Amino acid sequence: MSPIEAAVVWLNDPLNWTNPGGVLDRIVEHLSISAAAVALGCLVAWPIGLWLGHTGRGGGLVVLIANVTLAVPTLALLTILPLTVLGFGRPSVVVALAVFAVPPLLANAYTGVRQADPEARDAARGMGFSGWQLLRRVELPLAVPYLAAGFRTAAVQVVATAALASFVNGGGLGQIIRAGFGLDIAAGQGQILAGGLLVAGLAILVELLLAQVERVVTPRPLRATRRRANRRAADAVAGT
Amino acid sequence: MSFRLSYRADPGNPWFSWQYARDNSDTILAAVREHTWLTARAVLIAALIALPLAVAAYWFRRLTGPILAFTGVLYTIPSLALFAFIAPYLGIGAATVLTVVVLYALLVIVRNAVAGLNQVPEEVREAAEGMGYGRWGRLLRIELPLALPGILTGLRLATVSTVALVTVGVVIGRGGLGQIIFAGFQNNFYKQQILTGTLLCVLLALVLDLILAGIGRLLTPWTRRGRPA
Repeated sequence: MSPIEAAVVWLNDPLNWTNPGGVLDRIVEHLSISAAAVALGCLVAWPIGLWLGHTGRGGGLVVLIANVTLAVPTLALLTILPLTVLGFGRPSVVVALAVFAVPPLLANAYTGVRQADPEARDAARGMGFSGWQLLRRVELPLAVPYLAAGFRTAAVQVVATAALASFVNGGGLGQIIRAGFGLDIAAGQGQILAGGLLVAGLAILVELLLAQVERVVTPRPLRATRRRANRRAADAVAGT
Repeated sequence: MSFRLSYRADPGNPWFSWQYARDNSDTILAAVREHTWLTARAVLIAALIALPLAVAAYWFRRLTGPILAFTGVLYTIPSLALFAFIAPYLGIGAATVLTVVVLYALLVIVRNAVAGLNQVPEEVREAAEGMGYGRWGRLLRIELPLALPGILTGLRLATVSTVALVTVGVVIGRGGLGQIIFAGFQNNFYKQQILTGTLLCVLLALVLDLILAGIGRLLTPWTRRGRPA
């Protein structure tokens, strides 16, 4: 039996879906872990990114953080954090994933505020806005499309990385793949492939969904220029 | 019944010890070698595939979208899923790890190379044409050299992320330094083992990045000449 046939057979077994620890359970786990991680990432990265963008300082810091997290293996954080005060279990997995959500969120929040039209900023100043008002009523609304773009990048990345939580028994769809590898490759190939399809499908689904959200929150006149802006934000992360 | 055992109070699990590194230098060095070798091969193969793709995207505008979209989709697929797709076919071994990391590195290299090629000024292109350069001559002698900074940025980013990604190879027992990290985790959270693996990973990424940066400086002397000394 080819791996694809075996995967189809595995996916067609209703018990694989409804069993405790079956696909449905794992999807709920996967999404709840990811949601918690992204929420935590936003909570940390957005205020810092917006503030750095507002003051116009710390651009180097943003790039540095992005580059350093690129070099740290996910596996390392997943295994190190349970040894700290967080302890073994859900919290340390969420924090580890949140760390990888921070760079795109931070970079896009920073770029979003920075790209705000200097004339709009000057006009607001001329109208007597304080620094705080300027951030809240001018820069923040203008940065929303960027925040959405960062959110999408971060969320897709977290959903993808959450599969690795299975290395430390953190739950999620990765568990299905890991369990498949735990069997012999011949016996488990269907399960491995099915798990892979589920993980990839979920990531792509989240990507498509959030792309729609990003479109909706981007004001119509800005939509045409979004692609270019996106590229620029990505380049900011890439350190070019 | 509760009496404290003094020798259990401190089980001796420090975050780092030279003793561990010395006693296990064979294993560690073997892991470093495997990791470096996998990374080097992966980046080289990825570059050999990605550069022709980038040139194709540059020459034929209609291909740009599809090529970037294709590599982008590959990049969206979670690494573990990619292992799951490939392992049943290529089996448990270095070939699977290599394939996965190559597929991942493609996007970064292609995107940066295309950006680099597109940065070549229109006047330069026209001047080269006027001097009688053909399509290939122009590409090899003018456009690729001018796109080198972009290409090198792509290679550096790809190298750094590949070093981190190879660790996911633990899932099939070929994770290089990831093997050390994961063994530490399974060894009752042997902290120094995990940390040694992690530090070596980051260090390896840094060293390879610096080597590529150095090569870049040597290959593109003109990018330094303009600056006042």
